Amino acid sequence: MRKKVIFPQIGLPYLLLLPQLAITSVFFFLPAGQAIWFSFLRQDAFGIRTEFVGFENFVELVQDPLYLESLWITLVFSFWVTALAMSVALGLAVLADRHIRGATAYKTLLIWPYAIAPAVAAVLWIFIFHPQVGLLGRFLNGIGVAWDYKLNGTQALITVVVASAWKQVSYNFLFFLAGLQSIPRSVLEAAAIDGASPARRFWTVVFPLLSPTTFFLLVINLTYAFFDTFGVIDALTKGGPAKATTTLIYRAYIDGRVNLDLGSSSAQSVVLMLAVIALTAVQFRFIERKVHY
Amino acid sequence: MATLELRGIRKSFGDVHVLHGIDLQVAEGEFIVIVGASGCGKSTLLRIVAGLETATEGRVLIGGVDVTRLEPKDRDIAMVFQNYALYPHMSVFDNMAYGLRIRGLPRAEIEQRVRRTAEMLGLGELLRRKPRELSGGQRQRVAMGRAIVREPKLFLFDEPLSNLDAKLRVQMRAEIKRLQRRLGVTSLYVTHDQVEAMTLGDRLVVMNGGRAEQVATPMEVWREPANMYVAGFIGAPAMNFLHGRLCSEGNAVDLRAGCAIALAAPPAGVKDAEVTVGIRPEHVRIVGNGTVGAIPLKVDLVEPLGAESLIHGILPSGEGLTVRASDCSPFAGTTLPVVLPAEHLHLFGEDGRRLRLAHARSATARVRAGA
Repeated sequence: MRKKVIFPQIGLPYLLLLPQLAITSVFFFLPAGQAIWFSFLRQDAFGIRTEFVGFENFVELVQDPLYLESLWITLVFSFWVTALAMSVALGLAVLADRHIRGATAYKTLLIWPYAIAPAVAAVLWIFIFHPQVGLLGRFLNGIGVAWDYKLNGTQALITVVVASAWKQVSYNFLFFLAGLQSIPRSVLEAAAIDGASPARRFWTVVFPLLSPTTFFLLVINLTYAFFDTFGVIDALTKGGPAKATTTLIYRAYIDGRVNLDLGSSSAQSVVLMLAVIALTAVQFRFIERKVHY
Repeated sequence: MATLELRGIRKSFGDVHVLHGIDLQVAEGEFIVIVGASGCGKSTLLRIVAGLETATEGRVLIGGVDVTRLEPKDRDIAMVFQNYALYPHMSVFDNMAYGLRIRGLPRAEIEQRVRRTAEMLGLGELLRRKPRELSGGQRQRVAMGRAIVREPKLFLFDEPLSNLDAKLRVQMRAEIKRLQRRLGVTSLYVTHDQVEAMTLGDRLVVMNGGRAEQVATPMEVWREPANMYVAGFIGAPAMNFLHGRLCSEGNAVDLRAGCAIALAAPPAGVKDAEVTVGIRPEHVRIVGNGTVGAIPLKVDLVEPLGAESLIHGILPSGEGLTVRASDCSPFAGTTLPVVLPAEHLHLFGEDGRRLRLAHARSATARVRAGA
């Protein structure tokens, strides 16, 4: 039985809930509702006439080859951002988990990228990847690789993937490190006595025991790659060249803010919103079931 | 099965010296219990044998082979941990099979060995379960099974029973002893529980502050503790210690509590010195009023244990004395005359070491001296 707190007046509990509800209403329910409403409307380019068009905006999206193209780009982009951010973070966490000197300093340094604004991170990566001023860009061109992420779509995608993944590594690192440190030492010792080599111990004991953390991070990273990488893309490539780095979120922005096609942009936002809800639902489903043990 | 030999094992963590040179020889199939209060270095010693810690100095030999520099996996040992350390994501079967799979045994043999061990431990029905679906006693058994199935040269137990409730602990204790006898594997068992130590060990290593105070059979340790630490640590309730002084050329001891007791023989090499006289609570005799040489004990507290009672009292010297009596349950505040029989006294010198009597006289001589 859950214990109930009895309030003397009926008003107080609602009053206590009010600030949170107000914030959620103003910043989420209201705009979300507006987006859903706009997704059924179509405006002319000057915003003078608005007409109700039902699901037409959605139908057009599904039929638009460019939209499907950016869906594909988003999937590729998200896959690589997640894979890169998680594997690098896991590797670093495993290294940091061993008792090394100055572990605290090392951990602090690794967490810094998370505190850096996306635009600043992007500028930092420009200094690395830029074909004329970037360290790596100059080097690649120097050895004969035609590197220019502003001309080559694949190279542009690599650039935004690396920059986006880099920003997420520290977050993943924190969680992986906490996960590693919660594995009882004696279990690893038992495996060592049972004859398992360090690599075998990692894959048969550590990795399975980390799986709840891994799964949680998988969802978080996918969500990040899907929705939170706008800043990096905008600062680095602006979705180009030739829309090679236009993800769904970037396209929703372009269509809404630049092309002023509010109807279509809203429809795209609604699609993205459904994707978030789906991801979250999956997360809760699996976490309740416990991933591995 | 193998012998185990420790030569001058020392261990320091920085400036903290945990072990000060431990030497030990364990025969094939012997069950050695390392007992001591927490922080005495017993677990560290076990971990050094396992290879989970490296000794600062000294060598470990298993079956005559120097394994000091080897990794745990190359030592062919099995260890049972205090918290069992089962792999939480694996079934009971997989937990037991893990070590065998790593050794690359054929599937059929793994299956057969795990099943045989599981039957022996009464785990046959539980092989598909995960550790979290087992009770404490069952987990303990799986941990044992994981060690047994490997058929190692050496079993190491790190306080394996301390997470179990009292009843289960007694039961598992007997089971471990029976299993060890049956399998005949050389074992090293660490515990802080002196009852476990007494009942399980062929020999005990009593440790204190990183030193082995005494290495002997349980009965030897109980009858002739090497020093005051061992005397006070082994035996429950603990041995009583009283102030005394040797007199009559060392042939008697004069207790501060107010009586002189003639000894069977003078202690070797000492004639006149302050000594500590030890006597176990079960050896103190309660006698009738007016007995010659009896000391009055003012009863302070009585703890009835059913078959017997523990009587805590105060001697005229202000020293406390505990008596274990089976047929006496006095009221607090009354005074009991007690006698400390000379044959049960333990004498300790000022350095805390046991004073050995110069030469044991015959039983009749001892009676005459006592009278």
